[in-house]
Amino acid sequence: MEIQKAAIAGTLESSDAQVTVMPGTNGIELTLESSVMNQYGRQIKATVLSVLSGLGVKDARVKVVDKGALDCTLKARVECAVFRSNDMSAKNIPWGGVIK
Amino acid sequence: MINAVGRDIPDELLKDGKEVYQGKYHMDGKPFKKAGPVTIRHEKPQESKVVASIREACEQCGAHDGMTVSFHHAFRNGDYVTSMVMKVLIEDMGLKDLTVATTSLGSAQDLLADYIEQGKIIGIQSSGVRGRIGEVISAGKLKTPAIIRSHGGRPRAIETGELHIDISFIAASTSDDYGNAKGTGGKHNCGAMGYAVADSHYADHVVVVTDTLVPFPNMPSPISSIDVDAVVVVDAIGDPTKIGTKEARITQDPRNLMMAENCAKVIASTPYFKDGFSFQTGVGGPSLAVNRFLEEYMVEQNIKMGFALGGMGGNICDLMDKGLVGKLLDTQDFDMKAIKHLEEHPDKHLEISTSEYASAANKGAYVNKLDFVVLAALEIDTDFNVNVLTGSDGVLRGAPGGHPDTAEGSKCCIIVTPLVRGRMATVCKKVVTVTTPGDCVDVLVTDYGIAVNPRRQDLIECLDKAGIEHTTIEALQQKAYSLVGTPDDLEWEDKVIAVLEARDGTILDVIRKIKPLQL
Amino acid sequence: MIPRPRPERFRLRRTMMFMNAQKPGLIKDAYIYGVDSIMLDLEDAVAENQKDAARFSLYHALKTIDYGDTEVIVRINGLDTPHWQEDIRVSVAGGADGVRIPTCESAEDVKKVEEHVLAAEKEFGVEEGRTLIMAALESPKGVLNAYEIASASDRLFGIALSAGDFHRSMHTHYVPGGIELNTARNLIVMSARAAGVQCFDTVFTNLDDEEGFENEVRMIHDMGFDGKSLINPRQIAFVHQTLAPTPKEIATAETYVRTYEEQSKLGVGVYTVNGKMVDIAFIKDASRVIALAKACGVYHGDL
Repeated sequence: MEIQKAAIAGTLESSDAQVTVMPGTNGIELTLESSVMNQYGRQIKATVLSVLSGLGVKDARVKVVDKGALDCTLKARVECAVFRSNDMSAKNIPWGGVIK
Repeated sequence: MINAVGRDIPDELLKDGKEVYQGKYHMDGKPFKKAGPVTIRHEKPQESKVVASIREACEQCGAHDGMTVSFHHAFRNGDYVTSMVMKVLIEDMGLKDLTVATTSLGSAQDLLADYIEQGKIIGIQSSGVRGRIGEVISAGKLKTPAIIRSHGGRPRAIETGELHIDISFIAASTSDDYGNAKGTGGKHNCGAMGYAVADSHYADHVVVVTDTLVPFPNMPSPISSIDVDAVVVVDAIGDPTKIGTKEARITQDPRNLMMAENCAKVIASTPYFKDGFSFQTGVGGPSLAVNRFLEEYMVEQNIKMGFALGGMGGNICDLMDKGLVGKLLDTQDFDMKAIKHLEEHPDKHLEISTSEYASAANKGAYVNKLDFVVLAALEIDTDFNVNVLTGSDGVLRGAPGGHPDTAEGSKCCIIVTPLVRGRMATVCKKVVTVTTPGDCVDVLVTDYGIAVNPRRQDLIECLDKAGIEHTTIEALQQKAYSLVGTPDDLEWEDKVIAVLEARDGTILDVIRKIKPLQL
Repeated sequence: MIPRPRPERFRLRRTMMFMNAQKPGLIKDAYIYGVDSIMLDLEDAVAENQKDAARFSLYHALKTIDYGDTEVIVRINGLDTPHWQEDIRVSVAGGADGVRIPTCESAEDVKKVEEHVLAAEKEFGVEEGRTLIMAALESPKGVLNAYEIASASDRLFGIALSAGDFHRSMHTHYVPGGIELNTARNLIVMSARAAGVQCFDTVFTNLDDEEGFENEVRMIHDMGFDGKSLINPRQIAFVHQTLAPTPKEIATAETYVRTYEEQSKLGVGVYTVNGKMVDIAFIKDASRVIALAKACGVYHGDL
């Protein structure tokens, strides 16, 4: 998938993460803030990159503000933001396909 | 050198007889000569010790560069005096190289963070380090490592002479013109003043700072005029409404209530739960809520509490008013209700000093008479070591308080904490900092189950007999990691930013400067 | 991925607790309170513009979190919204035990959902017939059609009263004692029993009114409800305690079952226990009481 336009998913509540995706031209440009940076920063980065790669996103500016989200929440937020940027988040989601 | 809780203590800290932690009761029975202050004679009658300003008091007491000053934190987040006095010493008098030895520090003293950054304050000795002060110390901006002591460790250090105070500034709700001072009867009451008592006996100079001057004699009072050099009257010493944080109220959170209920169940299953038992809780949500469930067991089995110890909140006062508690031995008050209760029940709500409460260097502190203590934790590891000082990001943001003192003294120490907070595993493989050694911790109650320290087979039998399910702490730790993932180890620089003393004065742990993660 | 066992159509469902599927902090471990069923809510709890995000959260929660023995039901959006079909897809794909139809008014509504559930099972390779259905009755029409709804599908395990909307459409409001819901409750219990499915009472929303809650739980237990919907874990313990058979009920049931076995060996069909005439009809109910006591964990005998 491509990032068609800026889109956002998630909140800044505790245990959540807010993910913003914007069109980019220079690979994945990730900025990450996290309340658990020292212990989970690397894992969060790896999760975000792996979800984006699974969705076939090659170029994007991605901002993640993490408030201690579990991995499953983080994935859900990234996926939702990407689908929203394509106006495809409302139906016919490939559950179990690229969403897994 | 590696100490008894497996922490590597740098050799350069082990001088002047300083030892590493060698297990509980290591110093038991050891004689020592108490330190004494350099005091002064006031033989010639003087009408009053009231001076016009803080500055005048400081000058009278010989304030100088490089000295150590002390404060108490009975007003907690509502304290005005610490910042007020430090401002005079540093900005008006131009003093430098100061060490602040206080009973705790929080956001009310944020101003001190500026003085640390400016290099005016070069030493901090405290129980708690929170807010901006914690951040600047963690960032390595304090010239010497901060020294962290428990509430019992502080009077111990004062009595042995390790902490020598040049001037102690004691905020008091009322004082007479001679310096008899207390925490009740004034415009702004803090209640019990247990933290300040040792300072008043052992500091070279003592200045009482009050906003309510009352006629002599203001007695009985925890601070006696025979120890006081000067009395200063200011507009306001603090805001008592900020003493009680939201934590001091009984929680409605279902998770906390569930843990509290299970904790009460554990207490009731032990042989110590009998008429005349003694009890202390921390102020954290779940620990405080234990009171409510314990009350049900007490009424049902017709058991009364002999005494409650430590910091007091309104709900333990309520329990006393219902006739369920014999005496309250009070070091500090957590809310307005407890402050009022202290004032109104001088026969059974009694003020005690922190030395009486918890010092390991006297002939027996009251924590040694405790049956149960219920405490919280930021982290607890599979050796039952507890951390209540550093966040999982390695930054100072907590306080040992009375945690290690009551844990060691009591017959049954119960830690109540959720298994995870957000993505942080509370039950982990290795705590960031050991503030309470695992051999003092007996039971862990979490929202995912209960674990008993294997050192306490007797308690395991009690739980089995009562049909209370329990598991191992390893199983809880694995469950936690299965939820949040295995955390990466923190990375540290060599620089030690704080030294954590065990309650007996040996070195339990050090906190180094955290290395920020570069992705 | 957490494999969930095949859902049981009839199991213990004393308590069903609503959780907002959009709140990560809530859904991660709602099972720790010992509730029988969790109701992950895509409907009222989720804002209209967050329905999509809630489904992504729900999918990963279902796939990642080990809910153990706790049943996991998803409340989908109403059949008059653009959301319910995708809600069914995600629920089935994620492996939820069942879906709850809000404001169900007819057997046709159930059949419509059933059709989409089956389609989703086929699409996602889920065992056909695995996913259960329950129906919430929230309108006068739904309540009056309770029996046809309760008998509409082999997947349907129960019907539930949902009083919020019902109150409004009946031009009334919550009344302590529940006189305004009397007929609805009676019709629902009776229809469920006639159709051989379970029935569940509506939520009690005033958390501070413990006495009102406890009275209502005792009442719906006496009326014959199998369980109650809840909004807060604090409410669970009392429902479980109230709905479990009492030691006296268990002892009586045990006596009936044991004496009946002895008597029937002797060829006796009707006999008396403590002055009460006992026959086969009593034994059926006594067996139900013992089964319930076992399920509630309060039976310690050997039957």
